[in-house]
Amino acid sequence: MARDGLSIAVASGAYALSFGAISTTSGLSPLQTVCLSVLMFTGASQFALVGIVGSGGSVWAGAATAALLGTRNALYGVRLSSLLNVRGLRRFGAAHFVIDETTAMAIARDAASESRFAFWVTGLLLFAFWNLGTFIGALATSALPDPKVLGLDAAPPAAYLALLAPRLRAREPLAIALAAGLVALLCLPFVPAGVPLLIVAGLVAVYGLIARAR
Amino acid sequence: MIWAGVLVASAACYGLKLAGLSLPARWLQGVGIQRTVPLLPVALLAALTATQTFSSGQHLVLDARAAALGVALIAVLLRAPFIVVIVVAAATAALLRFL
Repeated sequence: MARDGLSIAVASGAYALSFGAISTTSGLSPLQTVCLSVLMFTGASQFALVGIVGSGGSVWAGAATAALLGTRNALYGVRLSSLLNVRGLRRFGAAHFVIDETTAMAIARDAASESRFAFWVTGLLLFAFWNLGTFIGALATSALPDPKVLGLDAAPPAAYLALLAPRLRAREPLAIALAAGLVALLCLPFVPAGVPLLIVAGLVAVYGLIARAR
Repeated sequence: MIWAGVLVASAACYGLKLAGLSLPARWLQGVGIQRTVPLLPVALLAALTATQTFSSGQHLVLDARAAALGVALIAVLLRAPFIVVIVVAAATAALLRFL
């Protein structure tokens, strides 16, 4: 189990290298980049914030999108709270580690004690490798004169696609993904950068509530 | 300004994680929330992919990034690791601009 946690952590360290590189080439300082990985510690939200800033959007559109992407962690917390049974101060520490990978590792176990162990091992290892990777990626690219030469402006969409792919295993999410991409492009010329994302989020919320009523 | 956004967004993301662990489960188990929340990352990641591939500022454009996304898609379909997807996409864009 610890070995599973370690292999996930090492893979995420490589993924964090690309986050560090994308963030500094998007205009964040290395310190801001590292702070995002330490304080936010949820990959998709971090990529979204720096990608929106890098493409000329306001940091607040990026912050709102990051928070919207973070809503799924609240649902993970609901599933984990009965397994982890954390109280008092430990809950504040555990909360920071409530992300895709730790949830997947914890809920795959049969016994609650194994779930707790998997959660903490994966969380701590991931946190270490995620921040180490970010730090190296940020430092390695912060001195680059023109990120376009290395094609780094093409990296954020590839990152989103890689994060998106595992969520598209059914017809409904695939249709929603295609519609969301199209709607975002259609409204892009008419609103400030970053705002198409908020429009898409609003529409999908309406869809979720209407589809429920049916 | 970037600092403020970084800190506020980080606090919001932490607050969401903590809320899931702390709030009574039934508050977050409504059908509307359970249906809508998992769709948000799908819609937002797709919108991010589309806008950051096919736009420059407020203009729709078709450039080396579109080809890079196509190569990234092939890598994803071949189940390549995350870092490989990023590297082949960046390398495709860099190569096309160099040619």
